[in-house]
This record gives sequence, structure tokens and C-alpha cells, in this order.
Amino acid sequence: MATYYNDLPALSGTAPQDRFTNPGLPPHVPRRADVDEKAARRAATQVVVLFTISAISSILFLVAYFAIDPELKGTIIGIGEVNLFHVVLGLTMGLSLLGIGLGAIHWSKTLMPDVEQVEERHPQTSPDDDRQAVAQTLSHGWRSSQLNRRTAILGSAGGALGLFALPLVVPVVAGLGPRPRGELYDTVWEAGMRLMIDPSGTPIRAADVTRGSVFHVMPEGYVGEAAHDLPADELLIVKAEAQVIVVGLDPSVVQSQKQLDWGVDGVFAYSKVCTHVGCPVALYEQQTHHLLCPCHQSTFDMTNDCEVIFGPARRPLPQLPITIDDEGYLVAADSFREPVGVSFFERERPGLLKGDDA
Amino acid sequence: MSSLAARRRSPLALLVLLLLGLTFTGTAYAAFAPKAAPGTSAATATQEDVEAGEQLFLANCATCHGTNAQGVDPIGPSLIGVGAASVDFQVSTGRMPLPAPGVQAERNAAQVQFSEEQISQLAAYVDSLGPGPDVPDEEYLDLEGADIAAGGAAYRTNCAMCHNSSGTGGALTRGKYAPTLMGVEPQHIYEAMLTGPQSMPVFNDQNLTPQEKENVIAFLKYIEDGGNSHGGAGLGSVGPAGDALFVWTIGIGVMIAAAIWIGRKAA
Repeated sequence: MATYYNDLPALSGTAPQDRFTNPGLPPHVPRRADVDEKAARRAATQVVVLFTISAISSILFLVAYFAIDPELKGTIIGIGEVNLFHVVLGLTMGLSLLGIGLGAIHWSKTLMPDVEQVEERHPQTSPDDDRQAVAQTLSHGWRSSQLNRRTAILGSAGGALGLFALPLVVPVVAGLGPRPRGELYDTVWEAGMRLMIDPSGTPIRAADVTRGSVFHVMPEGYVGEAAHDLPADELLIVKAEAQVIVVGLDPSVVQSQKQLDWGVDGVFAYSKVCTHVGCPVALYEQQTHHLLCPCHQSTFDMTNDCEVIFGPARRPLPQLPITIDDEGYLVAADSFREPVGVSFFERERPGLLKGDDA
Repeated sequence: MSSLAARRRSPLALLVLLLLGLTFTGTAYAAFAPKAAPGTSAATATQEDVEAGEQLFLANCATCHGTNAQGVDPIGPSLIGVGAASVDFQVSTGRMPLPAPGVQAERNAAQVQFSEEQISQLAAYVDSLGPGPDVPDEEYLDLEGADIAAGGAAYRTNCAMCHNSSGTGGALTRGKYAPTLMGVEPQHIYEAMLTGPQSMPVFNDQNLTPQEKENVIAFLKYIEDGGNSHGGAGLGSVGPAGDALFVWTIGIGVMIAAAIWIGRKAA
């Protein structure tokens, strides 16, 4: 049964230490539509108008969908050139939804009952008779199917149903793909491979990398003309793991002996794949020698073997050892000597993943 | 209920607050893009130019860069060997002379303090101190026959990480930033690539050939003219941050207003 709230006993300050008296519920004020039939009729008309606007908009949407050229462009002041087809579809569908929403709320606020009511809880159990009948039905079924006597049926049926889950689950788990193997440890870089400018694909002389220069580099054969015959997905994978940034520095500012040893006369090559989540680390500030990752602001110090000096990355960028070939171009002296890019569980324990192909 | 409490509960106050917030956000958002001064052309420097340039240098630049342009540590770097291109870029974009110390010099056409002739005299003087990159040839600035697609590829590899894929600039570390490239003279874009001003690395002619630089400039002019626009409001073309700001202020503001209206009792 329902009780109107203004029939409830008034609440008074029962908590002993209340600093304020409990004001209780405010008195119920009838709405204008409750007391004035004219106001009620007006509210009803407003609701009808809102619903009608929605209906007209829906029809306009359909008309516009077929009548307006999808390529039609127009200019709206304050926004600029827009596709009118999309704008009209959006406006009419928006008005259509808005009309329904505003109409429903206006209806509920002005005309539907506005008294708050309390609905008492009732017990959640079913009546005893019903419960007994269900128990009897179950018990009767159990006995008439002879499962109480022939337990082998129960066991074998359970086994069959349980095992049937495996054909469903195993392909899903196995379909997660082959475990990664050597490819996580190796890139295409190898000794003697030239460093090529991305995207033009021209080789680089060490003397060309002037102080303060940055070259964005790809391995020879994977950029420019040479890459035209390679499948696009293979190129993307190579780019994702083998991209390199080459900078020209004054060797006297470099603090790491290993960095100097692996570079050529102030020219250093580092993996461009962030050790945090693998974004291309390419924002190089030539005055501070900071290399900044655009995704999460990890900052690497180019004068100290790309140590992390800020941000979420936890490992320095791997350095690519470089040297000069017979014709004076920069080449890799070796492949990367550690896995590039983000961490993975088996990174420090290659035995777990290194298969025959690694 | 006291009158103070009644006012505090008024949903109007919330709306007013919201409106104020939106106004401030919008104002802060408005971009200020001055028209850059026309670039100076590479003049054949005479001895008189060098001497006139030296006088200008002593009067305007020597405080920070030293009387012989050797630099004053730590306030001004040495200018020996920076070349005419660097002088033209810094002075004719209004970055130098630096009006006030700050994290970086800003492009400001209103601060250009010298005529084209004076700038080329200054450039001739600095160039006479040591060889450096020269002001680019007109040939690479007219953008005729430039390959916009190749320029876009070079831009995305070399420039987009700092200057944003739509050329509107972006943040660097500690308050430094890559400025917008919209509305910048082709000559100044070229000179910036060639000389690497401030935080920007150098892109010499072996890295990006003059033709490739022209391609990059052509690409930038193409997107400046709306080549990258597919209609609607660009919201500054600063990427998802601008869109999110719009949705979080306008969108959530409208939703709060709607929630207040729904929750209010009808009188």
C-alpha cells in the first residue's frame, strides 16, 4: 500500500548532538496545472507541440536524406564551409530526439502526479505452497529419470557436457596467435647496412650531419625507391621497430664513453622507438639536447646515452653502433645489441622465448 | 530558509559561473596571428653594407652578443658563422632584438625594428664574420613546380612531431614550444629549416635538399589555404586536445543545464 509523504509523522531531531534542527520535508505546493484547468490545458498543448516538432523533424530528416545531394557544400557563419547534407541530417535528427525528450519531461513535470510516495517492502520468498510444489516436481523428475539409481548415467553425462567446453575454449585460446620468438629481439639492422634518410632514401655522409642536425633514418633497402616493391605491411613492421634518429653533437658535451665509442665523430644513432609504449621519440631540442616523446613526455638526455631524465619510460633508448664504409657513408657497425622498444616479460630472460629461429 | 541560502541554491548562479568559464576559455583560445614582414632578398653585400651593419650591430645587438659578436655567456650566443639566413630569420620575424628575457623568442611582426635594407646590412656584417648559410634563392621560394605530396611526406617525418600534423605548433619541455607555421613567410620557413633557430634542429641541404624544402613549404601553404580541411570548425586544428576542451566545456555545460532543468520542480 502507498502512503503519501505528507501523511507521515513529522521528523524531529532524534540525534542527540544535532547542531541543526531537522527541517523535515518541505510542504507540498500544488502546481498551477493542478489547481488551474486553463494552465493544465496550456501545458498539454505545449507537450503536444513538442511531440509534433519531433514528428515533423523526423519527416524532414527522411525528406532531406533523399532530396539533398550528399556532396552539397555550404557556408555557415561562425563555423565555415560544411557539408550541408550532414548538417541538415544532424539538425533534423537532433530536433526529433530533442522534441521527444523535452515533451516527455514537460509532460511529467506539469501533468503527471507530483506527489512522492513510499512503497513498503514485501517478503521476497514465495508462498509455502508454491515452494513445496516445486520441490515435489523436482524430486519426482529426479526419481522418474532413474538418476537416483543409475549413477553411471549421471557421471558420463556430466563428463560429456564438461568436456564439450574444451572444443569451444581451446580454439579461442590457441587463436590468440603464436608466441613471439626471436623477432622481439632482432631488427633488420645488421653490420654494413647503410643509414638512409626517410623518406627520400639517400645515404648520409658523416660530415653532412652538422652540429645540431637531426636525421630521421631507415635501414637501407626499406626506404625510398628500394622499398617500392616491398609489401606495405612488412614495411610498416620494419618502420615500427627499425626507425632510427641520428643527431650531430659536439663530442665534448657527451658524458658517456660508450656513446662516444658507438658513434662516429659526434654523430650518434639511437632507436626512435620509445621504451615506454613505443611511440616515435622524435622531438629533439638542439639547445638542451633533450629528446622528447610526444605521447607521454618521456625525456631522454642525448648527451648521456639517452638516459631517461623525465617521464614514464624506464630504460634509455638503445643505441645503434655506427661506423663509416669505404665510400664515406654512415653504416651500422652491428645490429642493435638489445631489444628495441617496449618491455616484455621475457626481455631479460631470452631463454624463455628464443626458439630455433632466434 | 535565509535569503543567503536561497541565493546560494539558485541554479542561475551555476549557469552564470559556467558562462564566465566558457567566456574565459574562448578568449584564451583565440589565436593571434600577425602578418609577417616581407622577407629581405639576398643582396650582394658591399663594404659599405658591412660597415653600416656593424654600426647597427653595435647599437642594437652587442649588449647580449658582444661587441665582436663573439657571444656573452650566458645571455647571448656567438654569432660567428651563423650566416645571413639566421640574421634575416631572427630579425625580420621580430624575434631579435629580444624585447624581454623569456623561455624563447616569439614571432611578432609588430616588433620588427629595422627596414629590409637595414636587415640585409646586419646580415652582411654577421656573414662577414664567418661563413654561414645564406638567404635562400628566390628560385626555391616561388613554390612553382613543387611536389606537395612529397613535401607532406617530408613534413610528417621531420616536422610534424613538434609542429603538429596540421602545422599549428605544439608544446616542448619547460614552457618552450614549437610555434605555429600558419601565416609564416616561405623565406622564413626556409631559413628556419636551414639554420635551426632556438630549440629547432638544423635541416641542412644534405638532409632536406633545397627542392625538398620548397616541397615542405608548398605543403604548408597548401594546408594553410584549407587543403587539409574537410569542413566544419577546425577548433584551431590542435588535435584532440582542442576537441576535448570544446566538448568538456560546452558539452558538459549543456548537460549540467539540462540536468538542473529536469531536476527542478515545476511551480
